[in-house]
Amino acid sequence: MLVHTLFFYIFSFIAILSAIMVTVSKNTVHSVLFLILDFITISCLFIMIGAEFLGMIMLIVYVGAVAVLFLFVVMMLNVAQQKKEWFSSNESSKHIPVGVLISIIIFFELTVVIGGWKFKPDIVSPMSLPLNLDITNTHSIGSVLYTDYIHLFQLSGMILLVAMVGAIVLTFRERSGLKRQSYFAQISRERSDSVKLMDVPSKKGVDIDG
Amino acid sequence: MVEVGLGHYLTLGAIIFSIGIAGIFLNRKNVIVILMSIELILLAVNINLVSFSIFLNDITGQIFTLFILTVAAAEAAIGLAIIVVYYRNTSTIDVEKIQSLKG
Repeated sequence: MLVHTLFFYIFSFIAILSAIMVTVSKNTVHSVLFLILDFITISCLFIMIGAEFLGMIMLIVYVGAVAVLFLFVVMMLNVAQQKKEWFSSNESSKHIPVGVLISIIIFFELTVVIGGWKFKPDIVSPMSLPLNLDITNTHSIGSVLYTDYIHLFQLSGMILLVAMVGAIVLTFRERSGLKRQSYFAQISRERSDSVKLMDVPSKKGVDIDG
Repeated sequence: MVEVGLGHYLTLGAIIFSIGIAGIFLNRKNVIVILMSIELILLAVNINLVSFSIFLNDITGQIFTLFILTVAAAEAAIGLAIIVVYYRNTSTIDVEKIQSLKG
């Protein structure tokens, strides 16, 4: 249990530090890399407390897809070496006190909520779908996800489909002046359209216009 | 050393959530970092759901974490597509220079 506590503190320290680095890093590529570190650390925490499936899914979806997508866009848009300072002008640095104040207030509100919940724990009555410790985490998620939550599961598939179509439609660009292969014209071409047999008289040549 | 309980995980989630909010407020450089802050916020929500699910012995939290993961992936894809289109039109994604709505 001591090792568990130690690991929790190490992982949460790394997670908080890298989350701070995501926001304050001057270079956008460094921000993305710290975001990846944050995701990996949090998925380690998930695996540690017994949600192995979600930890692995976090690794696959976030690190493998989302973060790499961010990295790809950052490199494609050429904003990485854009600026070496935190703000593009001094004008915007006057927002710092307000932003810090608001986030600290939000943090204290959340802390108060957690503390207040501890004093009255009988408010929550869980155990609608209790964890079954005889089967693995993946098995129990699957047995609930594909039965009780099948409609939400289908709906999330629709969300992904809409996102895919939307991303394609948004970034698709019809370029003008492009020479493309026309399959239909190519296939429907016949011999009579392109080849003409001429009876060429001797020593007179061919009249091309005719 | 105290045993790590639900409160520890919820506090970690609260800290990461606040850092994400602060990132949205403080970042005045480019929009991509704001999207990354939104990802941090969703991550904090995931931490809360998973820790509630484990410590209250109820699988539902993990199911909904899966749905949040789906929505986060879709949101990142659409957001980055919008950023790419915006960059193509104006060749900048500086937060300072995005002011065509005069808000």
